[in-house]
Amino acid sequence: MKLFLDLWTVVAVVAGAFFFFAGTVGLLRFPDSLTRLHALTKADNLGLGLVVLGLLPQLDSVSAGLKIVGIWLLVLLSGATAAQWIARTLRQSGPGP
Amino acid sequence: MIEVLNFGLAALILGLAVWTIVAREAPAAVVGFIVYGLLLTLVWVQLQGIDVALTEAAIGGGLTGVLLISAAVRLRSTESTARAQRPSASTRWLAAALSAAVTAALSICVLALPEPAPTLAPEVLANIAVTEVGNPITAVLLAFRAMDTLLEAIVLLFALIGVWSLAPDRAWGGRPGLLQQADPNGILAYVARVLPPIGIVAGIYIFWIGADHPGGKFQGATILAAMWLLVMMAGLADAPPISRRWLRWLLVAGPLAFIAVGVVGAVTAGAFLSYPQGYAKTLILVIEFALMPTLTLILGLMLLGAPQRGETS
Repeated sequence: MKLFLDLWTVVAVVAGAFFFFAGTVGLLRFPDSLTRLHALTKADNLGLGLVVLGLLPQLDSVSAGLKIVGIWLLVLLSGATAAQWIARTLRQSGPGP
Repeated sequence: MIEVLNFGLAALILGLAVWTIVAREAPAAVVGFIVYGLLLTLVWVQLQGIDVALTEAAIGGGLTGVLLISAAVRLRSTESTARAQRPSASTRWLAAALSAAVTAALSICVLALPEPAPTLAPEVLANIAVTEVGNPITAVLLAFRAMDTLLEAIVLLFALIGVWSLAPDRAWGGRPGLLQQADPNGILAYVARVLPPIGIVAGIYIFWIGADHPGGKFQGATILAAMWLLVMMAGLADAPPISRRWLRWLLVAGPLAFIAVGVVGAVTAGAFLSYPQGYAKTLILVIEFALMPTLTLILGLMLLGAPQRGETS
């Protein structure tokens, strides 16, 4: 069981790190602001989510697990807000780089 | 493994510091500075300084970041003219020499520090029982060095008066900041309704837990001030006019309560700010409770800036 949980942690955290990496590459390489925004939100949502899910079995109390899930939800909220806000500003200022 | 992480963190911070300095655009430099503050938070966590990490994240990365962003926005119109006036070569060489000298002096100071560093930490731990609080940082801030904390609170008040003194005559006593006309159905208004309940609980939790664990009034007050600012930025509430009597009273309530506790100590325990035996924790809590609203208001109002419009507009 312990081995299985450790394996799950390694797989999920590595997958999370991959999404952060891919998001960063997208941020640097994508051609315009909207697609860059799209790349960035993948790092927040999926990357952090997988890292949190991966770390859950390693925590020794339920309250610690609830805390890091709470952090993930807050990051989701702030990330979605910022992305919406930037996208709306972009649309109002017209097409640009 | 952890050494690799620490080394990477240090390299990243140094690189980011250089990038922040050489960045041509003010907003880019501000973003660099904010990320720099967040990375410093990680460094403090690595050094086991959780209290300092919380403060750095809240004030160094958060509030200072917002302050610098609004400064950069305000400077945007003058930035191109400022850049056109390139300083002469001699001025730039002088600035470079001065910066290098300061860096050299700092490096010498750091390298000359005695090893191991002189510390009062064992004495704090030996005497922490008399304060009845569990967090040594709180014991130092509110018992052993309470005088410093009192002066710090008063300095913040002076800083706010300094900000207010920049107000034009016609706006004196009016509301600080610009009137926000945000979309009531916009995403910002949504977050300003969803986030504050969570933020207020988190802020009070961090304040309350500060007696025994990392946390405290400063970090808690910063979170509360951030929630207040969010509501005002979203246009859901307006900033209070600075001439309001309740506002002025709340601003001085914290330091006044602190001084009152100090005077009580002078009468009952023989010295200013010393606590009579058995009442230490109660009095520390009184001070913290009194300081919390004051700090929240001061931090929020400081970010809003000087009054710019009358009471009614």
